[in-house]
Amino acid sequence: MRQQPCNPSHFMKEYFFQDNMGKPMDRVDGRLKVTGGAKYSAEFELPNMSHGVLVGSTITKGRIKSIDTKAAERAPGVLAVLHYQNSPKVPGYVQAAHPTEPKPIGQQHRVFYDEQVYFNDQPIAIVVADTLERARYAARLVKAQYEEEKHATSFPKHQGKAFLPTAAQRNPKHGLNDYVRGKADAYKGENLKIESEYVIPSEMHNPMELQSIIAHWEAPDRLTVYDKTQAVIGSQNAFAREWKIPVENVKVIATFVGGAFGNGLHTWPHETAAIIAAKKVNRPVKLMLTREQMFTMVGYRPFAWQKVGMSATPDGKITAITHEAIGQTSSYEEFTESTLQQTRMMYTSPNVTTRYRILPLDVSTPIWMRGPGEATGAFALESAMDEMAHVLKMDPLEFRLKNHTDRDPERNLPWSTKFLKEAMLMGAEKIGWNKRQLQPGSLRNGDWLVGYGMGVGTFGAHRNRASAKATMFADGRVVIQSATTDIGPGTGTVMVQIAADALGISPDKIIFELGNSLFPPAPSQGGSATVASVGSAVRDACIALKKKLASLTTGNADSGFRNAKYEDLTFQNGQISLTSSPGTKLSYTDVLKQQKLPEIEVTEESRPSNEERQKYSMYSFSVHFAEVQVHQLTGQVKVTKVVTCADAGKIVNKKTAGNQMIGGAVGGIGMALTEGAVIDDRFGRYVTKDFAEYHIPVHADTPDIDVVFVDKPDFINNAMGTKGIGEIAIIGVAPAITNAIFNATGKRINELPVTPDKLI
Amino acid sequence: MIPFQYVKPSKQKAAIDTVAKDDTAMFIAGGTNLVDLMKRGIMNPEKLVDINKLPLRKIEKEDGHVRIGALALNGAVAEDKLILEKHPLLSQALNAGASAQLRNMATVGGNIMQRTRCNYFYDTNLPCNKREPGSGCGALQGFNRMHAIFGHSDKCIAVNPSDMNVALVALDAVVLVSGPKGDRRIPFAEFHRLPGDTPQIHTNLQKGELITAVDIPEHPYTKHVNYLKVRDRTSYAFALVSVAAALDLDGSNIKSARLAMGGVAHKPWRLQEAEQFLAGKPATEASFRQAAEIAMRGAKAFEHNQFKLKLGPNTIVQALKNAAAAV
Ligand SMILES: Cc1cc2nc3c(=O)[nH]c(=O)nc-3n(C[C@H](O)[C@H](O)[C@H](O)COP(=O)(O)OP(=O)(O)OC[C@H]3O[C@@H](n4cnc5c(N)ncnc54)[C@H](O)[C@@H]3O)c2cc1C
Repeated sequence: MRQQPCNPSHFMKEYFFQDNMGKPMDRVDGRLKVTGGAKYSAEFELPNMSHGVLVGSTITKGRIKSIDTKAAERAPGVLAVLHYQNSPKVPGYVQAAHPTEPKPIGQQHRVFYDEQVYFNDQPIAIVVADTLERARYAARLVKAQYEEEKHATSFPKHQGKAFLPTAAQRNPKHGLNDYVRGKADAYKGENLKIESEYVIPSEMHNPMELQSIIAHWEAPDRLTVYDKTQAVIGSQNAFAREWKIPVENVKVIATFVGGAFGNGLHTWPHETAAIIAAKKVNRPVKLMLTREQMFTMVGYRPFAWQKVGMSATPDGKITAITHEAIGQTSSYEEFTESTLQQTRMMYTSPNVTTRYRILPLDVSTPIWMRGPGEATGAFALESAMDEMAHVLKMDPLEFRLKNHTDRDPERNLPWSTKFLKEAMLMGAEKIGWNKRQLQPGSLRNGDWLVGYGMGVGTFGAHRNRASAKATMFADGRVVIQSATTDIGPGTGTVMVQIAADALGISPDKIIFELGNSLFPPAPSQGGSATVASVGSAVRDACIALKKKLASLTTGNADSGFRNAKYEDLTFQNGQISLTSSPGTKLSYTDVLKQQKLPEIEVTEESRPSNEERQKYSMYSFSVHFAEVQVHQLTGQVKVTKVVTCADAGKIVNKKTAGNQMIGGAVGGIGMALTEGAVIDDRFGRYVTKDFAEYHIPVHADTPDIDVVFVDKPDFINNAMGTKGIGEIAIIGVAPAITNAIFNATGKRINELPVTPDKLI
Repeated sequence: MIPFQYVKPSKQKAAIDTVAKDDTAMFIAGGTNLVDLMKRGIMNPEKLVDINKLPLRKIEKEDGHVRIGALALNGAVAEDKLILEKHPLLSQALNAGASAQLRNMATVGGNIMQRTRCNYFYDTNLPCNKREPGSGCGALQGFNRMHAIFGHSDKCIAVNPSDMNVALVALDAVVLVSGPKGDRRIPFAEFHRLPGDTPQIHTNLQKGELITAVDIPEHPYTKHVNYLKVRDRTSYAFALVSVAAALDLDGSNIKSARLAMGGVAHKPWRLQEAEQFLAGKPATEASFRQAAEIAMRGAKAFEHNQFKLKLGPNTIVQALKNAAAAV
């Protein structure tokens, strides 16, 4: 592969690639997690705590005519029953017709605002009692009468009503507008072509930890919440705006988050409901959703229909791609995602057309779910690649290599780095791709048909503004704080590694604190951007700390460092030394002691360079290989091997990063084979609302998963050389599996999940 | 969940009397099914009679049968030496159910009595004749992928979700019950009911009757057996279709066979005609296929479970193949 352009100025002097970067260091919080010492939002106890339970609507659309709360109010222990008629007013609610413009943070649904019902199980009341059991019991006694209206919850029935998102209609430059490169729909006039439709049902994030909040008004204008969220600052802003109180009066704590996969990126009705209730009863209110409620009000990967048309020359050059997608949204909020992005930049094709539409239904609003949009889009694009290769009688790996692109064809820019080809070759070797036969149904193992498939993924290598505070104490300990969260990827651990290397001290001297809005601001943990964003801030704070140490040293007449410049110094093993004369050294602790300082402290903000982002296209890439066996008679599918490969820049921690890749592969297995939420359209109600009916994969569905990292740094993205991992871990996994099923059986199932009934 | 009373008698008679006398009282064993149903408001007992103090946990060989106490845990039965030796089909069926954690709580009596997993039975805001007689069958015109293809009525198309029951019906087990009017023995095939016009009554157990044990008579099916469960994920999911197959082979000829299906009817579905067909036939895929076709006679599917008409016989063939090949 061609050498990537590398600007030497990106190899910053401070960056040593010391011992810790890349090491498979154990999680700093691992022990706490496995011993029960990690405290999740609902586990906090406050004096005088009360418990809230939501009552959900039993209709899908219409008006609440009346609500009978008498029995509930009389039930033992009940402190309040609140609904639109008696709820304390939320001052920040928009007082207009129900808004539909998307909001970057917070959410549009105004809980207990009026009598309107927009989706089934919409919270229409909250019961607060002194114990959870009593609140739960009383919640069952609340009875509502409705005036029902005809609802629309079936995607296929209403598909024809999909439209271009309003934001794109208003602004012709908006990225969601139709895209044409070359000639529109050029594949139609070609000879060698394919055209297929794809359907993905709604999928629920279903993290292990249920969505929960403790809302506590410490004063009439001071709110503290222990909240399950991926964004302590985002939630802080949302609640401050809702209650029209100063941002600094809102404290959001999310010390540990038990998985989220995206559904902690917004605030949701239950959070506002708990805050309303806490205001009314003037006590802290704890509210934890039930598993069934996790299906109805905290987002999901939207139902999507897609169509891909593709054409190629006989020798395997793609000549045109058209990719259309429709995603489901709610009636009150236009949720959109970048389903079609990769189709515009993944392969060399002179002609590319994309069209994105949304379809509002009477359901709650979706939210980004791991690999949002792209995972949906990749299922269609990568299936189509496999179909095209089959038509061409070409190996799908060869087909992809042939259409590999060394520049971003959408923006006509060089990549910051791209090592997808390397990843493909490494993965192919590892899975034993040479065993794959062109002719489907060629390989078998007893009654089982064996097949191999692959799928490629990509996601923008994002980086956002973030800040961190670093404090060094005279005993050598360093505490670093940033208002990020750790929903499971190991953020706390890699930040310690980054800081250890940047400071030149041992990781066990460093404590990284997160999940508190009092800390310096950081973005939400989403879009695979945390290491690049927060890691950069941590690194910058550590460098600032070193500069401070240097100034204390060089300004000291007695030390051997007098008049030395920062550039002349080496920081290693907890010591400053003169690079030219390593014998002249002083430990960090001695610097502080000499100056009689108990501690030194810095706060740094770190931003991505806009200039670089104009010059380069920045993406992470992944490729996944699957080996499956399909039973000829029963249609059972066994995924017998997965090799998942990432071009994600420098890997800071092989263990936690590997863990991300494995988790993504498992998520992809679920997407391909088991997951799908079903609504009974007659009632507009989900009929698969627990883990017995909504199937996330279990260990028995999960084979050995080999993780391969190219592990080449991208210094254009940031000084650590990292690119994101979380999303690319799942993007492209589902098509790898369905392509393998095709290779095994000759059956192309384009409607997920591929359950046994579809294969017999 | 509503507030309820909880008692834990140590005498069988006291337990039975309490439930017999009180319309709102129910037995509770492992609680893995009943507590879920209570939480969702599907069953609302005002009194729970915990039977775990009763001495009903033993698994013993007696004259002509093995007796399994009603409180024997699913996990313990599956791993029991006697069961593995005499009734490996039962062991396989138990291990195909739920998860290790659940099997370590769930009892044999509770498993026999577990309620359907029909999506409409499980949501008190949707119609279900089984939960609320007269409210209609939500599944009939609704999402009926998991539902029955045999023995259903227009009042109910739900299935019995148990794996254990499928093996027990195949093995001609007998349920021992003790009630206010004394003890009785109910052949397994007659224990559960078809829905007919009264889907709310799911077994022939009378109010206050306690299951004390299950007897499995001696039989020759100790080697060529297979419980094959096809489901939406590899473990921890209810059956789309399952098959309990047992063969007594004489070389490559079938002396006799036992065959039952799960996931297809309101009760574990014994396939006697297919069994009779197999007796005396060679143990070949062709015989198995013919038996499977016989087994499927009279099957009627709905909008989303048409696949069971094909998956059913295919699973029968595969289970018989596995059984014949078992060593
Ligand atoms: C998530 C999940 C997955 C599952 N998957 C499967 C599966 O794949 N296959 C499968 O077969 N099962 C499965 N099960 C069901 C499980 O097998 C049952 O819950 C269990 O067997 C019930 O036993 P128990 O002792 O806990 O019963 P309990 O919940 O205590 O009682 C169930 C019922 O039986 C009655 N009862 C209990 N003992 C007696 C007695 N001695 N006499 C009379 N009545 C009695 C009770 O009154 C109650 O009505 C699953 C359960 C769960 C929760």
